[in-house]
Amino acid sequence: MFGKLNWHSIPWDQPIPLIAAAIVGSGILAVLVWTWRAGHVPYLWREWITSVDHKRIGIMYCGFALLMLMRGFVDAAMMRSQQAIAYGNPGYLPPEHYDQIFSAHGTIMIFFVAMPFVIGLMNFVVPLQLGVRDVAFPTLNNVSFWLTASGALLINLSLVIGEFAKTGWLAYPPLSELRFSPGVGVDYYLWALQISGVGTLLSGVNLVTTILKMRAPGMGYTRMPMFCWTSLASNLLIVAAFPILTATLAMLLLDRYLGFHFFTNELGGNQMMFVNLIWAWGHPEVYILILPAFGVFSEIVSTFSSKPLFGYRSMVVATMVICILSFMVWLHHFFTMGAGADVNGFFGVTTMIIAVPTGVKVFNWLFTMYGGKIRFHVPMLWAVAFMVTFVIGGMTGVLLAVPPADFVLHNSLFLVAHFHNVIIGGVLFGAFAGYNYWFPKAFGFRLDERWGRRAFWLWVGGFYLAFMPLYVLGLMGMTRRMAHYDVPGWQPWLIAAAFGALMIAGGIACQVIQLYVSIRNRKDLVDVSGDPWDGRSLEWITTSPPPPFNFAVLPNVTGEEAYWGIKSTARDNGELSERPKYEAFHMPRNSPTGVVTAFFTTALGFAAVWHIWWLFVLGFLGAWATFVIFAWRDENEIEISAAEAERLDAERRNAKARLLDIPADQPA
Amino acid sequence: MSGDPHKLGRGEIAPSERGPAPKRVVVAYGFWIFLLTDFIMFAGFFAAYAVLAKATAGGPAARDIVELPLVGGETALLLASSFACGMAGIATAAKNRFWFQIAMAATALLGAGFLALEAYEFLHLIGEGHGPQRSAFLSAFFALVGCHGLHVTLGLVWLTTMMAQVQAKGFRDEILRRIACFSLFWHALDIIWVALFTTVYLLGVAG
Amino acid sequence: MSDQSDLDNDRAPGEDSGGVDIRGKMVTYIVGFLLAAVLSIASFAVVHSGVIYGPGIPVALIALAIAQMGVHLVFFLHVTSGPDNTNNVLALAFGVLIVGLVLIGSIWIMGHLDHNLMPASMPAM
Repeated sequence: MFGKLNWHSIPWDQPIPLIAAAIVGSGILAVLVWTWRAGHVPYLWREWITSVDHKRIGIMYCGFALLMLMRGFVDAAMMRSQQAIAYGNPGYLPPEHYDQIFSAHGTIMIFFVAMPFVIGLMNFVVPLQLGVRDVAFPTLNNVSFWLTASGALLINLSLVIGEFAKTGWLAYPPLSELRFSPGVGVDYYLWALQISGVGTLLSGVNLVTTILKMRAPGMGYTRMPMFCWTSLASNLLIVAAFPILTATLAMLLLDRYLGFHFFTNELGGNQMMFVNLIWAWGHPEVYILILPAFGVFSEIVSTFSSKPLFGYRSMVVATMVICILSFMVWLHHFFTMGAGADVNGFFGVTTMIIAVPTGVKVFNWLFTMYGGKIRFHVPMLWAVAFMVTFVIGGMTGVLLAVPPADFVLHNSLFLVAHFHNVIIGGVLFGAFAGYNYWFPKAFGFRLDERWGRRAFWLWVGGFYLAFMPLYVLGLMGMTRRMAHYDVPGWQPWLIAAAFGALMIAGGIACQVIQLYVSIRNRKDLVDVSGDPWDGRSLEWITTSPPPPFNFAVLPNVTGEEAYWGIKSTARDNGELSERPKYEAFHMPRNSPTGVVTAFFTTALGFAAVWHIWWLFVLGFLGAWATFVIFAWRDENEIEISAAEAERLDAERRNAKARLLDIPADQPA
Repeated sequence: MSGDPHKLGRGEIAPSERGPAPKRVVVAYGFWIFLLTDFIMFAGFFAAYAVLAKATAGGPAARDIVELPLVGGETALLLASSFACGMAGIATAAKNRFWFQIAMAATALLGAGFLALEAYEFLHLIGEGHGPQRSAFLSAFFALVGCHGLHVTLGLVWLTTMMAQVQAKGFRDEILRRIACFSLFWHALDIIWVALFTTVYLLGVAG
Repeated sequence: MSDQSDLDNDRAPGEDSGGVDIRGKMVTYIVGFLLAAVLSIASFAVVHSGVIYGPGIPVALIALAIAQMGVHLVFFLHVTSGPDNTNNVLALAFGVLIVGLVLIGSIWIMGHLDHNLMPASMPAM
């Protein structure tokens, strides 16, 4: 009846996960009870859970990522503290548990922090910047979000029911094969990633279609803001790379569930094929993450330098070159696994070539700042820290791209330091910059600057203290994923790194306080004009927060930096642009399709992990029935009347008139 | 704006500057992108097959298990099914519900015939002890061919849902868009089959 | 959202030139069907008939397969080189590029790994 699931699936003998689960579980329960008692459930259901508004979905993605960041950070703190003390003794974490922690840390940070954060930012910003009312497929967007959440739920369930993979975040076979990992850990990993991977893929399809087919009148390709370009490149990579992940994980699933021999040790299986395929996805994946961050910094550097982005077209070309090149370098993740000199040479050179367009971007940002009137608000601080940190990480990357050097440094903490250097210094700093930059647009008030700065300094300082020692340790020969060690010289560096992690914890605490303080002081921090940073692209033309339909009338774009052009014209003429003709239009109706589908896919994934086949079939049928019911509905849109559009737009126009200190519209 | 490089000279608006595309184009384009992702997923399975084709572990190789007449039959059925699907598209354009249902039913029957032949092939191989557990080559073979078969199966589920929907709701705009997507899907499966029968079956026999 | 639905500038993937010329549409599909059938039969014939020099068979098969995929794209999926189809063709080209990179890259890399990791005593595969 319940497959492999029974009373002993819960790790009663391990106190740490049980206590953690008890705390988190009661926390969630408390929040749920409070929400229920306060009567917020109908509101949440109507306005958020079933929302097909790209802004709401984007916000949910980012909130979800921040939550999972804490989860992933707890893993990181455990590893740093374990390694700080585990010289000559086993430390406080048994090896099987330690292995689960580093596997969960990598999986969560990449798939459930970095990915949702950048997808959330793209979801929120791209339609606004393109001057349209929503993404191409609003309901599908909601489905994507809930599928991602479904995958994350499965991973977190593994904490209490069963175990998580002990194989590292990419689950290399043959270790991840049934013979060497007979438990359910790898199955949790595989099903969680398959389900959330489908969500990511659909989200990629959605945003590519949005950018290529839905832009405001006049918004030609070469007038799109830089963030839209990098989003396009990133989503093209999602569309191109995630199917490979799906195929690869499907093969491993077939090996584990049906006795296939893709990657086993016997009967001709070839585990190198897994490594090859997973990195054919894995390398583009890091560019999927970093390209939107490049876009965020492009927007921020230009806005806070009060100048157009330097070298817009070279930036576009560099973005697209990175997009294609990122598909030609994947072997550098396994230089040492036996390829000959010409293969290693080819992939080493293509890897180094990627540094060229990236360098173009760095210089463009520097030249944008040069001669500008720079305002050092929190987003700009993150941008500057990014430029310094990312260049260091990029240079160690070029070093690792040299195959002979890689033979010495691979699998060491040098590598760990390198990829944290680019992912934290690039993606995460970008996410935080974007969070501070677009927060007022999302909620109508700015984030507190003082606590933002404190968080910034603790994070950046903590980052350097935590990861620079790892470069040293790598050069001293310490390999990654060690639960304990016997070399006395390593310990001081590991203790320093642990203090770095502590500083980062302080940074996270400051971010939580920043959010709390900002909500408390929201009256003082309110953004009336919809344009708190003197912005240049179309998201700042609408109100903060924007109406559900973003724009009462789609803006007419006549050049690069669409909003800056309109703003300058209004300023020069001393009056607002002519009042447009308002027409009624339709918006999609909210739909529970996404959350119901995710309910069934979670059941399906859980059933598959524990071999509960009736539930598996039920989950599949439920998901299919949900789609059929969705397809059958007759009323799928609501109408916004011309009068309603005009009324809301009048408020917006008056706010803009106040901002620019020019006369407001006369009542008609 | 003076000196705007985006102006095309004859006062025309460039295609990229005409505002959001009509919904019909947006939906089909999105599905087109989705199909590309499907092609890339198949590329993963094809790559695995190409790499593992020689890893027979003492078991049968492709030339030992391929029955060309069977494959020829499958090819004919799927091609005819694709053609019938095209006819359904024409019936849709003519808004003729009767011929639409006939053509879709033909598409479904031909597709089901294809699946029956494939099921026979699989069961026959497994019966002879040449199942996917026998060797890496057979694993890759079953996964690649089976993945295509799974797509055809899901296509049949979609197809019958579309037939029911047209019967219940008629040719509404959103249903027309879905029919267009289904037809893209079905034709794309035939393209994958061309790659499949060539690399797996024919090259398996010839190579 | 927009009324500019004129077919001259933007065509949905899989969409033919529009209109209700049923006869013309039928002719397209029948021609496509016949061409595809001929190419399929040719592929199957090439394998056994001995018409083609043995080592050339794989090349011939791949050429026939590519030709048939082209027939499917043009006659069934209505892909054209017209300006209204640029976006669709570009997307397809991107997909083909990635498929090519994954296939060729994997075969090249794995060939290398197999070759270099083969124990000296075993015969090369």
